[in-house]
Amino acid sequence: MEEPGFIVHHKGDSLGVVVVEDVKAGQKLKGWIMDTNETIELTAASDIPLGHKVALSALKKGDTVLKYGNDVGRAVEDIGVGGYVHFHNIKSKRW
Amino acid sequence: MTHDHFFGYRRANGRAGIRNYVLILPVDDISNAACEGVANNVFGTMALPHSYGRLQYGEDLDLHFRTIIGCGANPNVAAVLVIGIEPGWTQRVVDGIAATGKPVQGLHIEGKGELATIAEGCRVAQEFVQYATELQRERIGIEELWVATKCGESDTTSGIASCPAVGNLIDKLDARGITSCFGETTEITGGEKLCASRAANPEAAAKFMKVFQAYQDEVMRFKVDDLSDSQPSKGNKAGGLSTIEEKAFGNLQKIGEKAMYIDVLAPAQAPTKGPGLYFMDTSSAAAECLPLQAAAGFVLHLFPTGQGNVVGNPIMPTLKLTANPRTARVMKEHIDLDVSDVLKRKMTIGEAGDALIDMSVRISNGRLTTAETLRHREFAMTKLYRSA
Repeated sequence: MEEPGFIVHHKGDSLGVVVVEDVKAGQKLKGWIMDTNETIELTAASDIPLGHKVALSALKKGDTVLKYGNDVGRAVEDIGVGGYVHFHNIKSKRW
Repeated sequence: MTHDHFFGYRRANGRAGIRNYVLILPVDDISNAACEGVANNVFGTMALPHSYGRLQYGEDLDLHFRTIIGCGANPNVAAVLVIGIEPGWTQRVVDGIAATGKPVQGLHIEGKGELATIAEGCRVAQEFVQYATELQRERIGIEELWVATKCGESDTTSGIASCPAVGNLIDKLDARGITSCFGETTEITGGEKLCASRAANPEAAAKFMKVFQAYQDEVMRFKVDDLSDSQPSKGNKAGGLSTIEEKAFGNLQKIGEKAMYIDVLAPAQAPTKGPGLYFMDTSSAAAECLPLQAAAGFVLHLFPTGQGNVVGNPIMPTLKLTANPRTARVMKEHIDLDVSDVLKRKMTIGEAGDALIDMSVRISNGRLTTAETLRHREFAMTKLYRSA
């Protein structure tokens, strides 16, 4: 099995986790969807560190962000496909 | 299944331990020095210094006694010398531990001073060590292993592989009848409905929601910001976790997919409903959570980490696993099991769970954890409110 560049917990999640070091903008990445064992592909729109997240589809400001098939927060700005997703552009709906 | 047993110490109350400590246990903070004095003189003993035990009252005092007595009663402990400043509370701790049937003796400092107490304590401790060192490990069924879990310095790899590996172990060993425990009440924020749905009965679900809401109310009462500096922590964010909800769903991977918790425990409360999975109402800070689980009688701890938490516990060996390849590489001396191959699609969660069962049995049989070799003995008492 080819080593993935990013991992998605559940099909339908908004995000994947980058699992290789030093991903650069423009880099093509293969992704592994764990629960369905599918392989997908996308192009990173920014540099993304190991363990940080990449958007699998475009998110509009206010959209709910899904990971593990669950609501893990909301986008606080528009995020494009392949964009770097972290606490600068998604926030908890609590606290 | 190959791992159907481990070699442990059978205690007088029937429980099984995986270590054989002679504990020198202070009732209160001002008796720490006497306990360390004994431990420094008698080989094979361990003092358990802590910060409180004076002028506490009500529920906070009850928790103090439950924690101290519970740690002395833990099956990893062969015998206990209890030292307090005065005889009353010292005897209360001695009586609590004596209920297990293990050797225990109390000394108090007032009326004779610390040096005489240490001298007398050394004679008692020496006999306890000679008693304990003759005890032999024996074959014990895996179902008698009491396992607790909590994660720390989590990152996105924790939710992908190290927490699911623990969950896989829990699913497999829960089915074999082990007793296990998870906690970290506020860290489930955002995942509380999912957690409530994992209760085996409506009473446990209601108890969980009650302690969850009480902890939320407490956080809301004291918070000065949106808590984003603490939950997720700096280390969590460096590791790619963005929100408390994301952290919560990763955390909950530790209870697997099938196991259901049968009861909700107060901090440091021993399970009373027989084998099964329990939720304990605890802080999510490692050095506060682990002592509460040790005091409830758990003998082995499974601690997934992402960025590399280095915590240990004095009486409950803490097995650390990581799925972060960088942590496994640069913090090797803190990691007992590397499951980062899951990220490379070279290892399944089931295989990671089997590797964790294997390492759990090896550590139960006597292999020291990385934290034990580095003398990590963090032990922060949980305090409910200020002393009088």
